Amino acid sequence: MSRPGLPAARVLGLAAAALVLLLAALVFGAAVGETRIPFDTVAKAVANRLWAGGHALDPIDEGIVWNYRLSRAVVASACGAALAVSGAVLQSLLRNPLADPYLLGISAGASSGAVAVAILGLGGGLLSLPLGALTGALLAFGLVSGLAVLAGRGLAAIILAGVAGSQLFNALTAFVVTKSATADQARGIMFWLLGNLSGVRWPDAGLAVPVALVGLAVCLVHARTLDAFAFGTASAAALGIPVRRVRAVLIGATALMTAVMVSIVGSIGFVGLVIPHAARLVVGVRHGALLPASALIGALFMIAADVLSRTLLPGQVLPIGVMTALVGAPAFALILIHRPVVGGMGAR
Amino acid sequence: MRLSAANLTWRAAGRAIVEDVSLEVRSGEFLALVGPNGSGKSTLIAMLAGLKRPHGGAVALDDRPLAALPRREAARLLALVEQQAETGERLTARQAVELGRTPHLGALVPWSGRDEAIVREALEAVDMALLTDRMWHSLSGGERQRLHIARALAQEPKVLILDEPTNHLDVEHQLGLLALVRRRGGTVLAALHDLNHAAMFADRIAVMQAGRLVALGTPADVLTPDLVAAVFKVRASIETGPDHRPFIRYAPPAPAPAETPAW
Repeated sequence: MSRPGLPAARVLGLAAAALVLLLAALVFGAAVGETRIPFDTVAKAVANRLWAGGHALDPIDEGIVWNYRLSRAVVASACGAALAVSGAVLQSLLRNPLADPYLLGISAGASSGAVAVAILGLGGGLLSLPLGALTGALLAFGLVSGLAVLAGRGLAAIILAGVAGSQLFNALTAFVVTKSATADQARGIMFWLLGNLSGVRWPDAGLAVPVALVGLAVCLVHARTLDAFAFGTASAAALGIPVRRVRAVLIGATALMTAVMVSIVGSIGFVGLVIPHAARLVVGVRHGALLPASALIGALFMIAADVLSRTLLPGQVLPIGVMTALVGAPAFALILIHRPVVGGMGAR
Repeated sequence: MRLSAANLTWRAAGRAIVEDVSLEVRSGEFLALVGPNGSGKSTLIAMLAGLKRPHGGAVALDDRPLAALPRREAARLLALVEQQAETGERLTARQAVELGRTPHLGALVPWSGRDEAIVREALEAVDMALLTDRMWHSLSGGERQRLHIARALAQEPKVLILDEPTNHLDVEHQLGLLALVRRRGGTVLAALHDLNHAAMFADRIAVMQAGRLVALGTPADVLTPDLVAAVFKVRASIETGPDHRPFIRYAPPAPAPAETPAW
């Protein structure tokens, strides 16, 4: 297990290795699909677009790599990293191993927002589906945090408020879908609820990547602070942590990150719950290592899940949420079995 | 450093848990806080440590109001050992103690060899130096308690507040711990269950009953048969040891009234 301060050289080395892994995964994501494109062609296509490499390529291959698969892999990695980091932060902050980024009503709110735009036609065409989802997510989060503040300061209040908020917005979504949606609309919404990377293009990456990077940076700045929550909020306060301020900043940051990701790709489950646990098994509980590791594993996992969802059934794309849950649920079961049995799950 | 409380009050559900308590822990003094279960000791301690904001009154470190100190600065001056703080994280013994350095570290103040040395010393002080790599959940209650104390020591506080620190400890470690805290110097406030521990180690003893401070003074002044009978509801005789400190010998409870069946 690592000491609190690793030598700078080792940190740089690890960061470089992580970056290489991530780039390799992106290239892999761009190469694999219904038509397999050689890695060499992927590299040339990227070179053409980034610094006018001038390689002669089949324009269809180049188009698939650049416009379709690479943008998709980049967004997948940003979402995976953001969701995994959000999950890790919330699990530590709320002292609950079952906490995930959707705990605070964000995915429920996003689907209500999306449904309101897509089916009820709210916003009269001015609101796009992602913008509607983002609005819904933030609205739900605002409501849930308001309820948590009213209900008291305890951790249980936050979790229970999240449950209440999620149920409410899920019911609203179900109500609208049952009452007003055509069969086609219902199918579209269902696809979106399970996560969908099909429509993703470069402008989405232009939003997802900066949001993930800024969110990760905000959380990393608080790495040592999160460590201090190991023995509960009273203990953190005794160690000099301004608990309420830190909680507000970090919950706000993870909520924003999650809301943006959900608005782009829908609510992809299990990544934010399982990846942090997997990362803990690999690098331990210290957040200085746990958060970057969660981000990296989340990004790699999501790229792999996307590739699987495109290639598992020939001629058909599965919702990515189906893949993450199919892999995530058994993985989570394994982690649960191997978890040390201790008290303090979400207590205090 | 002096820790003082003026007219502290804390209410819950309309009932005063702590009512109008004023006391001062003098610089370098070991003050023991005793009282029956539910007398308000833990609530008073939470206010003195700055974890609960009093509903009335104020706490001060020397002459600075605790409420006005940033939490981080307060944590460099004052450390708290809570009762039974637990974790579900897979921490090692050493990592649990390293958390004590939190208020001294920052973005521009990374972990250093000095922090390393302080953590090692704290682990040695509580006799846990050989178990540093053990996982938290594999340690006994007593070992965990000693690590909590080591974490507080690693904070290098001027004032150390302990809430029943000897719970879970065997006799050797109970006495060893109190002797260590005493030897270390600095200002100490410790809630203690065992009146004889208070008599052995404290400079002064504060007695709480039903949320109020009912006595405050040297062990010999405070620990009288009358007070023990009135506050703790037990009969006791007080002897004076060779160190001129009182020693309490409890008498068995009075026989039950005749009509109560002995199960």
